[in-house]
Amino acid sequence: MPTKIEKDQITGTETTGHEWDGIKELNTPLPRWWLMVFYATIAFALLWMILYPSLPIPGATGLTGWIAREAVTGDMQAHQARLEPMMARLRAATPEQIAADPELRAFALAGGRAAFANTCAGCHGAGGQGAPGGFPSLADDDWLWGGSLDAIRTTIAHGIRTPEDEEARQSQMPRFLADGMLTAAQVNDVAEHVLSLSGRATDEAAAARGAAVFAENCASCHGERGEGNRELGAPRLSDHVWLYGGDKASIVRSISYARSGVMPAWQGRLDPAVINMLTVYVHALGGGE
Amino acid sequence: MFRWLDHGKIERNLILLGVLTLITVSIGGLVQIIPLFAVETTIERVEGVRPYTPLELAGRNIYVREGCYVCHSQMVRPFRDELERYGHYSLAAESMYDRPFQWGSKRTGPDLARVGGRYSDDWHAEHLRNPRAVVPESVMPPYAFLDRPLDYTDIAEHLRAQRRLGVPYTDEMIANARADLEAQARPDADASGFQSRYASARQAAFDGDPGRITEMDALIAYLQMLGTLVQFRDVTPEQLRQQ
Repeated sequence: MPTKIEKDQITGTETTGHEWDGIKELNTPLPRWWLMVFYATIAFALLWMILYPSLPIPGATGLTGWIAREAVTGDMQAHQARLEPMMARLRAATPEQIAADPELRAFALAGGRAAFANTCAGCHGAGGQGAPGGFPSLADDDWLWGGSLDAIRTTIAHGIRTPEDEEARQSQMPRFLADGMLTAAQVNDVAEHVLSLSGRATDEAAAARGAAVFAENCASCHGERGEGNRELGAPRLSDHVWLYGGDKASIVRSISYARSGVMPAWQGRLDPAVINMLTVYVHALGGGE
Repeated sequence: MFRWLDHGKIERNLILLGVLTLITVSIGGLVQIIPLFAVETTIERVEGVRPYTPLELAGRNIYVREGCYVCHSQMVRPFRDELERYGHYSLAAESMYDRPFQWGSKRTGPDLARVGGRYSDDWHAEHLRNPRAVVPESVMPPYAFLDRPLDYTDIAEHLRAQRRLGVPYTDEMIANARADLEAQARPDADASGFQSRYASARQAAFDGDPGRITEMDALIAYLQMLGTLVQFRDVTPEQLRQQ
Protein backbone atom coordinates (compact mmCIF):
# COMPACT_ATOMS: atom_id res chain seq x y z
CA MET A 1 0.00 0.00 0.00
CA PRO A 2 1.41 3.37 -0.89
CA THR A 3 1.69 5.22 2.34
CA LYS A 4 3.44 8.49 1.71
CA ILE A 5 2.91 10.06 -1.68
CA GLU A 6 5.04 13.15 -1.79
CA LYS A 7 6.31 15.62 -4.34
CA ASP A 8 9.91 15.08 -5.42
CA GLN A 9 11.89 18.27 -4.91
CA ILE A 10 14.12 17.98 -7.94
CA THR A 11 11.78 16.78 -10.70
CA GLY A 12 8.55 18.10 -9.33
CA THR A 13 6.79 14.74 -9.95
CA GLU A 14 4.91 12.74 -7.33
CA THR A 15 6.41 9.55 -5.94
CA THR A 16 4.51 6.25 -5.93
CA GLY A 17 4.50 6.27 -2.16
CA HIS A 18 6.61 3.12 -1.95
CA GLU A 19 9.90 3.30 -0.13
CA TRP A 20 12.69 0.75 0.08
CA ASP A 21 15.55 1.55 2.41
CA GLY A 22 15.17 5.21 1.71
CA ILE A 23 14.88 4.78 -2.05
CA LYS A 24 11.65 6.18 -3.44
CA GLU A 25 10.13 5.59 -6.86
CA LEU A 26 8.98 8.44 -9.06
CA ASN A 27 5.52 8.04 -10.56
CA THR A 28 6.49 9.62 -13.89
CA PRO A 29 3.58 9.52 -16.35
CA LEU A 30 4.18 7.93 -19.78
CA PRO A 31 5.33 10.50 -22.34
CA ARG A 32 2.33 11.97 -24.04
CA TRP A 33 3.62 11.23 -27.57
CA TRP A 34 4.15 7.58 -26.63
CA LEU A 35 0.67 7.26 -25.21
CA MET A 36 -0.84 8.87 -28.32
CA VAL A 37 1.03 6.47 -30.61
CA PHE A 38 -0.22 3.58 -28.48
CA TYR A 39 -3.82 4.75 -28.80
CA ALA A 40 -3.28 5.33 -32.49
CA THR A 41 -2.22 1.69 -32.96
CA ILE A 42 -5.44 0.57 -31.27
CA ALA A 43 -7.46 2.83 -33.54
CA PHE A 44 -5.51 1.49 -36.53
CA ALA A 45 -6.31 -2.09 -35.54
CA LEU A 46 -10.02 -1.31 -35.26
CA LEU A 47 -10.01 0.49 -38.60
CA TRP A 48 -8.20 -2.47 -40.17
CA MET A 49 -10.81 -4.88 -38.81
CA ILE A 50 -13.51 -2.84 -40.51
CA LEU A 51 -11.72 -2.44 -43.86
CA TYR A 52 -10.13 -5.86 -44.31
CA PRO A 53 -11.33 -9.44 -43.72
CA SER A 54 -10.53 -10.22 -40.10
CA LEU A 55 -13.60 -11.69 -38.45
CA PRO A 56 -14.05 -15.47 -38.49
CA ILE A 57 -17.45 -15.25 -40.13
CA PRO A 58 -17.87 -17.39 -43.27
CA GLY A 59 -17.84 -15.18 -46.33
CA ALA A 60 -17.00 -12.06 -44.36
CA THR A 61 -14.95 -9.42 -46.11
CA GLY A 62 -14.06 -5.96 -44.93
CA LEU A 63 -15.67 -2.80 -46.28
CA THR A 64 -13.04 -2.70 -49.04
CA GLY A 65 -14.07 -6.16 -50.26
CA TRP A 66 -10.38 -7.01 -50.58
CA ILE A 67 -9.48 -10.73 -50.56
CA ALA A 68 -5.84 -11.77 -50.78
CA ARG A 69 -6.46 -14.59 -53.25
CA GLU A 70 -8.52 -12.47 -55.60
CA ALA A 71 -5.95 -9.70 -55.35
CA VAL A 72 -3.10 -12.00 -56.34
CA THR A 73 -5.13 -13.51 -59.17
CA GLY A 74 -5.73 -9.98 -60.46
CA ASP A 75 -2.02 -9.20 -60.06
CA MET A 76 -1.07 -12.25 -62.07
CA GLN A 77 -3.57 -11.45 -64.81
CA ALA A 78 -2.44 -7.85 -65.05
CA HIS A 79 1.19 -8.95 -65.23
CA GLN A 80 0.45 -11.60 -67.84
CA ALA A 81 -1.52 -9.12 -69.89
CA ARG A 82 1.47 -6.79 -69.84
CA LEU A 83 3.78 -9.57 -71.01
CA GLU A 84 1.33 -11.19 -73.40
CA PRO A 85 2.22 -9.33 -76.62
CA MET A 86 5.83 -10.47 -76.31
CA MET A 87 4.96 -13.90 -74.91
CA ALA A 88 2.60 -14.53 -77.82
CA ARG A 89 5.42 -13.81 -80.26
CA LEU A 90 7.79 -16.06 -78.29
CA ARG A 91 5.19 -18.80 -78.26
CA ALA A 92 4.53 -18.61 -81.98
CA ALA A 93 8.17 -18.41 -83.04
CA THR A 94 10.52 -21.38 -83.24
CA PRO A 95 13.73 -21.20 -81.17
CA GLU A 96 15.61 -20.62 -84.46
CA GLN A 97 13.46 -17.60 -85.27
CA ILE A 98 13.90 -16.23 -81.76
CA ALA A 99 17.66 -16.63 -81.90
CA ALA A 100 17.73 -14.81 -85.24
CA ASP A 101 15.59 -11.84 -84.19
CA PRO A 102 17.60 -9.41 -81.99
CA GLU A 103 14.55 -8.13 -80.13
CA LEU A 104 13.10 -11.55 -79.35
CA ARG A 105 16.54 -12.90 -78.56
CA ALA A 106 17.23 -10.16 -76.02
CA PHE A 107 13.90 -10.82 -74.34
CA ALA A 108 14.41 -14.59 -74.41
CA LEU A 109 17.87 -14.36 -72.87
CA ALA A 110 16.61 -12.16 -70.01
CA GLY A 111 13.50 -14.25 -69.40
CA GLY A 112 15.39 -17.50 -69.90
CA ARG A 113 17.94 -16.44 -67.31
CA ALA A 114 15.23 -15.94 -64.68
CA ALA A 115 13.44 -19.17 -65.58
CA PHE A 116 16.74 -21.08 -65.58
CA ALA A 117 17.59 -19.85 -62.08
CA ASN A 118 14.25 -21.09 -60.81
CA THR A 119 13.75 -24.34 -62.71
CA CYS A 120 17.13 -25.62 -63.89
CA ALA A 121 19.87 -24.27 -61.61
CA GLY A 122 19.14 -26.76 -58.83
CA CYS A 123 20.64 -29.59 -60.87
CA HIS A 124 22.61 -27.88 -63.64
CA GLY A 125 24.11 -25.13 -61.47
CA ALA A 126 23.57 -21.38 -61.47
CA GLY A 127 25.67 -20.92 -64.62
CA GLY A 128 24.79 -24.26 -66.20
CA GLN A 129 28.13 -25.68 -65.09
CA GLY A 130 26.55 -28.95 -63.89
CA ALA A 131 27.63 -31.02 -60.93
CA PRO A 132 29.39 -34.37 -60.51
CA GLY A 133 27.12 -37.36 -60.05
CA GLY A 134 24.94 -37.14 -63.13
CA PHE A 135 24.08 -33.47 -63.55
CA PRO A 136 25.53 -32.52 -66.92
CA SER A 137 27.12 -29.21 -67.74
CA LEU A 138 25.12 -27.19 -70.27
CA ALA A 139 27.93 -24.77 -70.94
CA ASP A 140 30.30 -27.10 -72.79
CA ASP A 141 30.29 -28.83 -76.18
CA ASP A 142 29.61 -32.30 -74.79
CA TRP A 143 25.94 -33.09 -75.32
CA LEU A 144 24.23 -36.34 -74.43
CA TRP A 145 21.07 -35.80 -76.48
CA GLY A 146 22.18 -33.03 -78.79
CA GLY A 147 22.94 -29.34 -78.46
CA SER A 148 20.98 -27.88 -81.34
CA LEU A 149 18.10 -25.54 -80.53
CA ASP A 150 15.68 -28.23 -81.59
CA ALA A 151 17.28 -30.95 -79.49
CA ILE A 152 17.48 -28.70 -76.43
CA ARG A 153 13.83 -27.77 -76.79
CA THR A 154 12.77 -31.41 -77.00
CA THR A 155 14.76 -32.29 -73.89
CA ILE A 156 13.32 -29.41 -71.87
CA ALA A 157 9.75 -30.02 -72.99
CA HIS A 158 9.66 -33.81 -72.64
CA GLY A 159 12.41 -34.55 -70.14
CA ILE A 160 14.64 -37.57 -69.93
CA ARG A 161 13.26 -40.95 -68.84
CA THR A 162 10.12 -39.23 -67.57
CA PRO A 163 7.53 -41.96 -67.08
CA GLU A 164 4.53 -39.68 -67.64
CA ASP A 165 5.71 -38.23 -70.97
CA GLU A 166 5.57 -40.50 -74.00
CA GLU A 167 7.92 -38.35 -76.03
CA ALA A 168 10.53 -38.25 -73.29
CA ARG A 169 14.12 -39.17 -74.14
CA GLN A 170 14.35 -42.88 -73.48
CA SER A 171 17.19 -45.36 -73.25
CA GLN A 172 18.32 -47.90 -70.73
CA MET A 173 21.84 -49.17 -70.34
CA PRO A 174 21.95 -52.81 -69.20
CA ARG A 175 23.28 -53.61 -65.75
CA PHE A 176 26.07 -55.79 -67.05
CA LEU A 177 27.36 -57.20 -63.77
CA ALA A 178 24.21 -56.99 -61.67
CA ASP A 179 22.18 -58.89 -64.27
CA GLY A 180 24.93 -61.42 -64.96
CA MET A 181 25.63 -60.37 -68.56
CA LEU A 182 29.34 -59.99 -67.87
CA THR A 183 31.64 -61.44 -65.25
CA ALA A 184 33.56 -59.22 -62.85
CA ALA A 185 36.75 -59.96 -64.80
CA GLN A 186 35.11 -58.96 -68.08
CA VAL A 187 33.84 -55.75 -66.48
CA ASN A 188 37.37 -54.98 -65.37
CA ASP A 189 38.72 -55.64 -68.87
CA VAL A 190 36.12 -53.54 -70.59
CA ALA A 191 36.68 -50.73 -68.06
CA GLU A 192 40.37 -50.80 -69.00
CA HIS A 193 39.38 -50.67 -72.66
CA VAL A 194 37.13 -47.67 -71.98
CA LEU A 195 40.04 -45.96 -70.21
CA SER A 196 42.24 -46.73 -73.22
CA LEU A 197 39.80 -44.85 -75.47
CA SER A 198 40.97 -41.66 -73.83
CA GLY A 199 44.55 -42.94 -73.55
CA ARG A 200 44.44 -43.73 -69.85
CA ALA A 201 44.60 -47.53 -69.67
CA THR A 202 46.61 -48.86 -66.74
CA ASP A 203 46.72 -52.46 -67.93
CA GLU A 204 47.26 -52.81 -71.67
CA ALA A 205 46.65 -56.56 -71.70
CA ALA A 206 43.30 -56.18 -69.96
CA ALA A 207 42.40 -53.33 -72.31
CA ALA A 208 43.15 -55.57 -75.30
CA ARG A 209 40.96 -58.33 -73.86
CA GLY A 210 38.26 -55.77 -73.15
CA ALA A 211 38.18 -54.58 -76.76
CA ALA A 212 36.33 -57.71 -77.86
CA VAL A 213 33.84 -57.44 -74.98
CA PHE A 214 33.33 -53.78 -75.83
CA ALA A 215 32.69 -54.50 -79.51
CA GLU A 216 30.11 -57.07 -78.62
CA ASN A 217 28.28 -55.33 -75.78
CA CYS A 218 28.95 -51.61 -75.84
CA ALA A 219 29.74 -50.52 -79.37
CA SER A 220 26.16 -50.69 -80.62
CA CYS A 221 25.26 -47.67 -78.47
CA HIS A 222 28.57 -46.01 -77.61
CA GLY A 223 30.14 -46.52 -81.05
CA GLU A 224 33.09 -48.65 -82.07
CA ARG A 225 35.62 -46.14 -80.84
CA GLY A 226 33.41 -44.85 -78.03
CA GLU A 227 32.29 -41.80 -79.94
CA GLY A 228 28.80 -41.94 -78.40
CA ASN A 229 25.33 -41.78 -79.92
CA ARG A 230 22.97 -38.93 -79.32
CA GLU A 231 19.96 -40.87 -80.58
CA LEU A 232 20.25 -42.96 -77.43
CA GLY A 233 21.84 -40.44 -75.12
CA ALA A 234 24.87 -42.71 -75.03
CA PRO A 235 27.78 -40.56 -73.91
CA ARG A 236 31.06 -40.25 -75.80
CA LEU A 237 33.62 -42.36 -73.96
CA SER A 238 36.71 -41.17 -75.81
CA ASP A 239 36.88 -37.71 -74.25
CA HIS A 240 37.68 -36.44 -70.77
CA VAL A 241 34.16 -35.33 -69.86
CA TRP A 242 32.57 -37.79 -67.44
CA LEU A 243 29.07 -37.44 -66.07
CA TYR A 244 29.55 -39.94 -63.24
CA GLY A 245 33.31 -39.73 -62.82
CA GLY A 246 36.07 -40.94 -65.15
CA ASP A 247 38.21 -42.84 -62.67
CA LYS A 248 38.29 -46.60 -63.02
CA ALA A 249 36.13 -47.31 -59.97
CA SER A 250 33.35 -45.04 -61.29
CA ILE A 251 33.54 -46.63 -64.75
CA VAL A 252 33.36 -50.13 -63.26
CA ARG A 253 30.32 -49.07 -61.27
CA SER A 254 28.68 -47.57 -64.36
CA ILE A 255 29.20 -50.79 -66.33
CA SER A 256 28.13 -53.01 -63.46
CA TYR A 257 24.97 -51.24 -62.37
CA ALA A 258 24.28 -48.84 -65.26
CA ARG A 259 23.28 -45.22 -64.93
CA SER A 260 20.04 -43.63 -65.95
CA GLY A 261 19.68 -40.00 -65.11
CA VAL A 262 16.23 -38.46 -65.00
CA MET A 263 15.10 -35.00 -65.96
CA PRO A 264 11.53 -33.77 -65.43
CA ALA A 265 9.38 -32.88 -68.43
CA TRP A 266 8.56 -29.18 -68.26
CA GLN A 267 5.82 -29.11 -70.88
CA GLY A 268 2.57 -28.43 -69.08
CA ARG A 269 4.34 -26.88 -66.12
CA LEU A 270 5.91 -24.02 -68.06
CA ASP A 271 4.39 -21.78 -70.69
CA PRO A 272 5.61 -22.84 -74.18
CA ALA A 273 7.03 -19.32 -74.48
CA VAL A 274 9.13 -19.95 -71.35
CA ILE A 275 10.36 -23.26 -72.80
CA ASN A 276 11.41 -21.38 -75.94
CA MET A 277 13.17 -18.75 -73.85
CA LEU A 278 14.98 -21.45 -71.86
CA THR A 279 16.00 -23.17 -75.10
CA VAL A 280 17.58 -20.01 -76.46
CA TYR A 281 19.20 -19.24 -73.10
CA VAL A 282 20.71 -22.72 -72.66
CA HIS A 283 21.87 -22.71 -76.28
CA ALA A 284 23.65 -19.42 -75.57
CA LEU A 285 25.43 -20.69 -72.44
CA GLY A 286 28.40 -21.70 -74.51
CA GLY A 287 27.80 -25.10 -76.03
CA GLY A 288 24.98 -24.45 -78.46
CA GLU A 289 25.34 -26.03 -81.87
CA MET B 1 -7.93 10.25 -20.12
CA PHE B 2 -9.23 6.98 -18.58
CA ARG B 3 -8.91 8.44 -15.08
CA TRP B 4 -11.52 5.96 -13.86
CA LEU B 5 -9.28 3.10 -14.97
CA ASP B 6 -6.59 4.13 -12.51
CA HIS B 7 -4.54 1.01 -11.84
CA GLY B 8 -4.19 1.93 -8.19
CA LYS B 9 -7.96 1.76 -7.81
CA ILE B 10 -8.20 -1.57 -9.70
CA GLU B 11 -5.42 -3.19 -7.74
CA ARG B 12 -7.07 -2.30 -4.48
CA ASN B 13 -10.44 -3.83 -5.49
CA LEU B 14 -10.14 -7.61 -5.68
CA ILE B 15 -13.50 -8.15 -7.39
CA LEU B 16 -12.93 -5.45 -10.00
CA LEU B 17 -9.43 -6.81 -10.67
CA GLY B 18 -10.84 -10.33 -11.03
CA VAL B 19 -13.60 -9.28 -13.40
CA LEU B 20 -11.31 -7.18 -15.59
CA THR B 21 -8.70 -9.97 -15.72
CA LEU B 22 -11.40 -12.44 -16.76
CA ILE B 23 -12.57 -10.13 -19.53
CA THR B 24 -9.05 -9.59 -20.85
CA VAL B 25 -8.17 -13.30 -20.84
CA SER B 26 -11.51 -14.17 -22.45
CA ILE B 27 -10.85 -11.85 -25.36
CA GLY B 28 -7.49 -13.49 -25.96
CA GLY B 29 -9.06 -16.92 -25.73
CA LEU B 30 -12.01 -16.12 -27.98
CA VAL B 31 -9.75 -14.68 -30.66
CA GLN B 32 -8.00 -18.04 -30.82
CA ILE B 33 -10.98 -20.33 -30.29
CA ILE B 34 -13.76 -18.80 -32.41
CA PRO B 35 -11.94 -19.20 -35.76
CA LEU B 36 -11.73 -22.95 -35.09
CA PHE B 37 -15.50 -23.22 -35.39
CA ALA B 38 -15.24 -21.78 -38.88
CA VAL B 39 -12.23 -23.87 -39.96
CA GLU B 40 -14.33 -26.26 -42.06
CA THR B 41 -15.42 -23.37 -44.23
CA THR B 42 -11.84 -22.53 -45.15
CA ILE B 43 -11.13 -25.92 -46.73
CA GLU B 44 -11.52 -25.70 -50.48
CA ARG B 45 -13.54 -28.36 -52.30
CA VAL B 46 -10.71 -29.59 -54.49
CA GLU B 47 -10.09 -33.19 -55.48
CA GLY B 48 -7.01 -35.33 -55.13
CA VAL B 49 -5.89 -34.75 -51.55
CA ARG B 50 -5.37 -38.09 -49.84
CA PRO B 51 -3.78 -39.17 -46.54
CA TYR B 52 -0.03 -39.80 -46.64
CA THR B 53 1.13 -43.28 -47.59
CA PRO B 54 2.94 -45.10 -44.77
CA LEU B 55 6.33 -44.40 -46.40
CA GLU B 56 5.50 -40.72 -46.87
CA LEU B 57 4.28 -40.51 -43.28
CA ALA B 58 7.55 -42.04 -42.08
CA GLY B 59 9.39 -39.48 -44.21
CA ARG B 60 7.28 -36.72 -42.78
CA ASN B 61 8.20 -37.86 -39.27
CA ILE B 62 11.87 -37.60 -40.27
CA TYR B 63 11.19 -34.14 -41.70
CA VAL B 64 9.79 -33.12 -38.31
CA ARG B 65 12.49 -34.94 -36.34
CA GLU B 66 15.31 -33.22 -38.24
CA GLY B 67 13.63 -29.84 -37.86
CA CYS B 68 13.42 -29.16 -41.61
CA TYR B 69 10.57 -26.74 -40.85
CA VAL B 70 13.04 -24.49 -39.05
CA CYS B 71 14.57 -23.43 -42.38
CA HIS B 72 11.92 -24.47 -44.92
CA SER B 73 8.34 -23.27 -45.04
CA GLN B 74 5.55 -25.19 -46.76
CA MET B 75 3.28 -22.30 -47.59
CA VAL B 76 3.18 -20.50 -50.91
CA ARG B 77 1.62 -17.19 -49.98
CA PRO B 78 -0.75 -15.37 -52.34
CA PHE B 79 1.79 -12.90 -53.75
CA ARG B 80 2.83 -12.65 -57.36
CA ASP B 81 6.55 -13.15 -56.67
CA GLU B 82 5.80 -16.38 -54.80
CA LEU B 83 3.42 -17.67 -57.46
CA GLU B 84 6.00 -17.00 -60.16
CA ARG B 85 8.67 -18.87 -58.26
CA TYR B 86 6.84 -21.76 -56.61
CA GLY B 87 3.54 -22.18 -58.40
CA HIS B 88 -0.07 -21.96 -57.23
CA TYR B 89 -0.59 -20.58 -53.72
CA SER B 90 -1.08 -23.18 -51.02
CA LEU B 91 -4.61 -24.28 -50.23
CA ALA B 92 -6.03 -25.13 -46.83
CA ALA B 93 -7.19 -28.42 -48.38
CA GLU B 94 -3.61 -29.37 -49.15
CA SER B 95 -2.68 -29.51 -45.48
CA MET B 96 -5.94 -30.86 -44.13
CA TYR B 97 -4.25 -34.17 -43.26
CA ASP B 98 -1.18 -32.51 -41.77
CA ARG B 99 -1.00 -33.07 -38.05
CA PRO B 100 0.81 -30.96 -37.11
CA PHE B 101 1.01 -28.71 -40.17
CA GLN B 102 4.45 -27.83 -41.54
CA TRP B 103 3.74 -24.32 -42.81
CA GLY B 104 6.75 -22.95 -40.97
CA SER B 105 7.57 -19.30 -40.60
CA LYS B 106 11.20 -19.02 -41.68
CA ARG B 107 12.82 -19.39 -45.06
CA THR B 108 16.53 -19.90 -44.80
CA GLY B 109 16.05 -22.40 -47.62
CA PRO B 110 13.32 -22.25 -50.25
CA ASP B 111 9.67 -23.05 -49.69
CA LEU B 112 8.97 -26.77 -50.16
CA ALA B 113 5.18 -26.75 -50.53
CA ARG B 114 5.53 -27.55 -54.27
CA VAL B 115 8.94 -29.21 -54.40
CA GLY B 116 7.45 -32.56 -55.49
CA GLY B 117 8.60 -33.57 -58.98
CA ARG B 118 10.81 -30.54 -59.47
CA TYR B 119 13.97 -32.62 -59.11
CA SER B 120 14.83 -36.25 -59.74
CA ASP B 121 15.08 -38.76 -56.90
CA ASP B 122 18.82 -39.00 -57.58
CA TRP B 123 19.13 -35.26 -57.14
CA HIS B 124 17.38 -35.40 -53.77
CA ALA B 125 19.58 -38.25 -52.55
CA GLU B 126 22.73 -36.48 -53.71
CA HIS B 127 21.55 -33.17 -52.31
CA LEU B 128 20.60 -34.60 -48.90
CA ARG B 129 23.93 -36.40 -48.61
CA ASN B 130 25.94 -33.34 -49.55
CA PRO B 131 23.96 -30.23 -50.52
CA ARG B 132 27.01 -28.42 -51.88
CA ALA B 133 27.74 -31.21 -54.33
CA VAL B 134 24.83 -30.02 -56.45
CA VAL B 135 24.17 -26.48 -55.18
CA PRO B 136 27.56 -24.90 -54.38
CA GLU B 137 26.02 -21.83 -52.78
CA SER B 138 23.81 -23.85 -50.40
CA VAL B 139 24.14 -23.43 -46.62
CA MET B 140 22.13 -26.55 -45.80
CA PRO B 141 23.79 -29.09 -43.49
CA PRO B 142 24.47 -32.57 -44.94
CA TYR B 143 22.14 -35.42 -44.00
CA ALA B 144 24.21 -38.35 -45.25
CA PHE B 145 23.35 -40.32 -42.12
CA LEU B 146 19.81 -40.78 -43.47
CA ASP B 147 21.24 -43.67 -45.52
CA ARG B 148 20.63 -45.87 -42.47
CA PRO B 149 17.75 -48.41 -42.36
CA LEU B 150 14.33 -47.03 -41.62
CA ASP B 151 12.71 -48.32 -38.44
CA TYR B 152 9.10 -48.88 -39.44
CA THR B 153 8.09 -51.60 -37.02
CA ASP B 154 5.50 -49.27 -35.48
CA ILE B 155 4.25 -47.63 -38.68
CA ALA B 156 0.70 -48.98 -38.21
CA GLU B 157 0.59 -47.26 -34.83
CA HIS B 158 1.51 -43.97 -36.49
CA LEU B 159 -1.42 -44.38 -38.89
CA ARG B 160 -3.68 -45.21 -35.97
CA ALA B 161 -2.56 -42.13 -34.06
CA GLN B 162 -3.21 -39.98 -37.13
CA ARG B 163 -6.67 -41.52 -37.46
CA ARG B 164 -7.44 -40.61 -33.88
CA LEU B 165 -6.58 -37.02 -34.80
CA GLY B 166 -9.04 -37.10 -37.68
CA VAL B 167 -7.12 -38.39 -40.71
CA PRO B 168 -9.38 -40.86 -42.57
CA TYR B 169 -7.13 -43.92 -42.56
CA THR B 170 -9.26 -47.03 -43.04
CA ASP B 171 -8.86 -50.31 -41.12
CA GLU B 172 -7.52 -51.78 -44.33
CA MET B 173 -4.86 -49.08 -44.63
CA ILE B 174 -3.75 -49.66 -41.04
CA ALA B 175 -3.71 -53.43 -41.44
CA ASN B 176 -1.56 -53.15 -44.58
CA ALA B 177 0.65 -50.31 -43.37
CA ARG B 178 3.87 -52.30 -43.27
CA ALA B 179 3.26 -54.05 -46.58
CA ASP B 180 2.33 -50.75 -48.25
CA LEU B 181 5.45 -49.08 -46.93
CA GLU B 182 7.64 -51.85 -48.34
CA ALA B 183 5.76 -51.94 -51.64
CA GLN B 184 6.26 -48.22 -52.26
CA ALA B 185 10.02 -48.39 -51.67
CA ARG B 186 10.49 -51.38 -54.00
CA PRO B 187 9.66 -50.55 -57.61
CA ASP B 188 9.35 -54.18 -58.72
CA ALA B 189 7.11 -55.26 -55.83
CA ASP B 190 3.49 -56.16 -56.54
CA ALA B 191 1.61 -53.10 -55.42
CA SER B 192 -1.90 -53.43 -56.75
CA GLY B 193 -3.31 -53.21 -53.22
CA PHE B 194 -1.10 -50.28 -52.39
CA GLN B 195 -2.10 -48.43 -55.56
CA SER B 196 -5.79 -48.95 -54.87
CA ARG B 197 -5.44 -47.57 -51.35
CA TYR B 198 -3.32 -44.56 -52.22
CA ALA B 199 -4.22 -43.06 -55.57
CA SER B 200 -1.40 -41.43 -57.55
CA ALA B 201 1.29 -42.56 -55.12
CA ARG B 202 4.57 -43.29 -56.86
CA GLN B 203 6.60 -46.45 -56.34
CA ALA B 204 10.37 -46.12 -56.66
CA ALA B 205 13.75 -46.93 -55.18
CA PHE B 206 13.89 -43.36 -53.97
CA ASP B 207 17.49 -43.48 -52.72
CA GLY B 208 18.66 -45.46 -55.76
CA ASP B 209 18.96 -48.77 -53.90
CA PRO B 210 15.87 -50.98 -54.12
CA GLY B 211 17.49 -53.55 -51.79
CA ARG B 212 16.94 -51.79 -48.51
CA ILE B 213 14.50 -49.28 -47.09
CA THR B 214 16.30 -46.34 -45.59
CA GLU B 215 15.30 -43.10 -43.92
CA MET B 216 16.48 -41.48 -47.16
CA ASP B 217 13.81 -43.47 -49.06
CA ALA B 218 11.10 -42.23 -46.73
CA LEU B 219 12.16 -38.59 -46.75
CA ILE B 220 12.50 -38.45 -50.55
CA ALA B 221 9.12 -40.16 -51.00
CA TYR B 222 7.61 -37.46 -48.81
CA LEU B 223 9.39 -34.58 -50.57
CA GLN B 224 8.48 -35.90 -54.01
CA MET B 225 4.73 -35.84 -53.30
CA LEU B 226 4.62 -32.38 -51.70
CA GLY B 227 2.24 -30.13 -53.60
CA THR B 228 1.48 -32.68 -56.32
CA LEU B 229 -1.91 -33.98 -55.16
CA VAL B 230 -4.14 -31.21 -56.51
CA GLN B 231 -4.15 -30.90 -60.30
CA PHE B 232 -4.50 -27.16 -60.63
CA ARG B 233 -5.12 -27.34 -64.35
CA ASP B 234 -8.51 -28.95 -63.63
CA VAL B 235 -9.46 -26.76 -60.67
CA THR B 236 -12.26 -24.24 -61.18
CA PRO B 237 -12.45 -20.89 -59.34
CA GLU B 238 -15.60 -22.15 -57.60
CA GLN B 239 -13.65 -25.01 -56.05
CA LEU B 240 -11.03 -22.61 -54.75
CA ARG B 241 -13.58 -20.41 -53.00
CA GLN B 242 -13.60 -20.64 -49.25
CA GLN B 243 -17.23 -20.92 -48.20
